[in-house]
Amino acid sequence: MPLSETPSAVARPRPRAGDRVFAGLSTGAGLLILVVLAGVAAFLLVEAWPALTAPPEEVPGGRGVALYVWPLLFGTALSAVFALLIAAPLAVTIALFVTYYAPRALAQGLGYLIDLLAAVPSIIYGLWGFTVLAPATVGPSGWLADNLGFVPLFAGPVSATGRTMLVAILVLAVMILPIITAVVREAFRQVPRLHEEAAHALGATRWEMLRMAVLPFGRSAVIGASMLGLGRALGETMAVTIVLSVSGGVTVNLISSGNPSTIAADIALQFPESTGLAVNTLIASGLVLFAVTFAVNMAARTVINRRSEFSGAN
Amino acid sequence: MSVPTRTERETDLLRTETAPVRRTLPPWVPYAVLAAAIAVGGAAALAGVSAGLGAVLTVVLYAACVVTVSRLVEGPRKAKDRVVTTVVTSAFLLALVPLISVLATVISRGTARMDVEFFSFSMRGVVGEGGGVYHAITGTLMITGLATLISVPVGMLCGVYLVEYARGKLAAVITFFVDVMTGIPSIVAGLFAYALFALILGPGVRMGVMGAVALSVLMIPVVVRSTEEMLKLVPNELREAAYALAVPKWRMILKVVIPTALAGIATGVTLAIARVIGETAPLLVTVGITQSVNLNPFDGRMATLPVSAYYQYVNPGVPPDPALDRAWAAALLLIIIVMALNLVARLISRRFAPEAGG
Amino acid sequence: MAKHIQVKDLDIYYDEFLAVQGVSMTIEPRSVTALIGPSGCGKSTFLRSLNRMHELVPKAKVEGQVAINGRDIYGNNVDPVDIRSEIGMVFQRPNPFPTMSIYENVAAGIRLTGARMKRSEIDDLVERSLRSANLWNEVKDRLHKPGGGISGGQQQRLCIARAIAVDPAVLLMDEPCSALDPISTQAIEDLINDLKPDYTIVIVTHNMQQAARVSDTTGFFNLADVGQPGRLIEMDTTAKIFSAPREQATEDYITGRFG
Ligand SMILES: Nc1ncnc2c1ncn2[C@@H]1O[C@H](COP(=O)(O)OP(=O)(O)OP(=O)(O)O)[C@@H](O)[C@H]1O
Ligand SMILES: [Mg+2]
Repeated sequence: MPLSETPSAVARPRPRAGDRVFAGLSTGAGLLILVVLAGVAAFLLVEAWPALTAPPEEVPGGRGVALYVWPLLFGTALSAVFALLIAAPLAVTIALFVTYYAPRALAQGLGYLIDLLAAVPSIIYGLWGFTVLAPATVGPSGWLADNLGFVPLFAGPVSATGRTMLVAILVLAVMILPIITAVVREAFRQVPRLHEEAAHALGATRWEMLRMAVLPFGRSAVIGASMLGLGRALGETMAVTIVLSVSGGVTVNLISSGNPSTIAADIALQFPESTGLAVNTLIASGLVLFAVTFAVNMAARTVINRRSEFSGAN
Repeated sequence: MSVPTRTERETDLLRTETAPVRRTLPPWVPYAVLAAAIAVGGAAALAGVSAGLGAVLTVVLYAACVVTVSRLVEGPRKAKDRVVTTVVTSAFLLALVPLISVLATVISRGTARMDVEFFSFSMRGVVGEGGGVYHAITGTLMITGLATLISVPVGMLCGVYLVEYARGKLAAVITFFVDVMTGIPSIVAGLFAYALFALILGPGVRMGVMGAVALSVLMIPVVVRSTEEMLKLVPNELREAAYALAVPKWRMILKVVIPTALAGIATGVTLAIARVIGETAPLLVTVGITQSVNLNPFDGRMATLPVSAYYQYVNPGVPPDPALDRAWAAALLLIIIVMALNLVARLISRRFAPEAGG
Repeated sequence: MAKHIQVKDLDIYYDEFLAVQGVSMTIEPRSVTALIGPSGCGKSTFLRSLNRMHELVPKAKVEGQVAINGRDIYGNNVDPVDIRSEIGMVFQRPNPFPTMSIYENVAAGIRLTGARMKRSEIDDLVERSLRSANLWNEVKDRLHKPGGGISGGQQQRLCIARAIAVDPAVLLMDEPCSALDPISTQAIEDLINDLKPDYTIVIVTHNMQQAARVSDTTGFFNLADVGQPGRLIEMDTTAKIFSAPREQATEDYITGRFG
């Protein structure tokens, strides 16, 4: 090509339509996330509106939406909080085991076993809780009622079927365990090796090393992970629906046959058979559940993200 | 972390600098104690105490003996270390109990109906024995397939946006809300799909595609996250190489970046499918249940595996056994599908991951 | 097809940071120009501003003029993608596309830009490019094996083949041999000599002997202090720079390296 020839770039005007279209599509998909989240809130609100504005006596239960949702919200919080109290410490210890105690060659496989717990569909946990766990708790519950009956949680009388709040809590704990473990493990993996070495160099035992160098580092991850688990437990539906025998009262008694339901379980139970204002009422309770879990998840993610900003230094 | 060398170093340090000379337990001691404890616990279990109590007894016995011996021989710090080791290990074993119990229960109860009829018949006109889940299998495949068709393009594009296009605040906001979206309860996703369609088509509507929309809400954030993570692993050098060849950005992304990350994305998508294929609650409120095959996702109720397992269980009819058998068989089928998907995901990532480095 | 490059008062920024200041130079067609200088003085930055790769870094910008055969590549209405099709680049670390075969790597510039070409034409182009890159004999039996499956030196020649397959007028090379063993380096240097009659080549190198061996012209970059912008201190024929540089700094740098 002779040197004097006009630069070919000018002679080849190629519109980059492809670039604009693709950038537009990607940006649209990104924005769609925000639109969907806003849409969830908006559509639930629209469909809940008739119930929110209806005269209280027309709402199922006859006392308005707030009083319809309240015992459910109580049951939801009760089951989720207790499930968290059981699962969180267990999850942290399991994360410690997989990261620091398990033989190295096995660690990944053992971690995978825990992840499998998260893969089991919730309906199966429900069937298992109903068939295996519930009957198995009847005996120990009786012992609790006899010996610790003065604690309101174990006041009894003991349910004969075992379909109690206690079983719901245990099933929920099993279900959120892998979620918390996964986040905490990830945090432990990011602990700077230098800290560990330093602790070892000081002659620390393994436990002293963990307490000095690992646990402080993982603290906010544990908090964030627990809140994630809480969010999951609050919204878990089928396992509770199947396991729990519901009477609707507000009580902290975990082992009797009279249990408050949870929002999610109540929706699953009632929705298929409901029409008219009952549907709107259920959607209103779903809106409450959405708001609560959304807040919990936002808080959880904020805590977890703050931690990762700190650890970004290494 | 190489445990033995560190332990040696610890003891070295203890000897030379801080503590007076201490003896360590010979390595066989804890195992011997464990064997003894298991023997006692096992005997107790056989003697009529429940298996759970036997296990508890074993752990407590083991911990008590090892601590006492260790305290005498090795001192309090080492003893405490051994307690923690015992606690941590038992916590892990404890977590395996439900996993094993669930699998054992589902397998033992589900195999009764793993027959040809189960896979090839619907529940149309079935009362009592017989019948199958053919209609539910087709429903589950269609709805999950539709959800995948919606979620994969949207999720991948969103991941591409976050890694290749987004800058600054909006990217941070979207990343944050993708994370938050992973926490939406599945029943809420179902109610959202219902509310959306009820507004357009009127109350009481039930359709397969509604279930697909609900599942998409659950699937999209998972796909976004795995796409995002995988795209971030693609070395920048490859992008630069493509740019230097005068490749426009969109072709660079489609032809270089995505193919390089494809195995990882496929793993993520497979896991996302595994996550939603067993979902019951969102389908319960959007798709409902029916007894016969429905292959049109835009027309009326559809059966799905999890929902039909649920209804077989809660409304078994009289006598209940045939329905309960069907419920457990459906559960077993579901668990096989989910585990297979997990396995496939792992195989994909193992098979293709190391190659990328070249 | 080689073209001549004129740079005038070029300032190159990363966000607020002025990395390279006031560079003016003329690069002749069918010649090899070597850019040398201490680490961090902005050689790579300068090189990447010649084919508009610099602006891929967020917030990076360029002021001044770069003209290829008289046309300002930073002018309005100039598509950077078109510029890059005229000015190829080879990087420090060989970076073949890992998902593509050797054949596909060479054809990448054609295929990825969406140009339509007959299969036989592509076959032809691949063979020609690989021959030009002195790689054909080594890979002709495994054209359809992964591009990442050959040695580092072969990969780098594959990257050169990939770059020249797009038929650029200018070839920019940023330390193309720094990840390679002496024998592969020798192969690349021979290749540069072979390519000289057809291309304008600009090569960044830390290796004085290499600069002396392959280049006709040498430019020395330096920076006054850390945090200060890099500048072009001196540019002349390679023989002159290495025997009788005008600037003290140049002499210090060259002799410092040779001891
Ligand atoms: N992506 C970037 N963002 C901000 N500053 C950068 C970036 N890349 C390079 N710089 C800065 O620009 C200056 C010039 O860097 P450049 O990489 O061009 O040096 P160089 O001469 O190629 O060095 P070397 O010989 O080590 O490759 C340095 O001060 C460097 O820190
Ligand atoms: Mg450089």
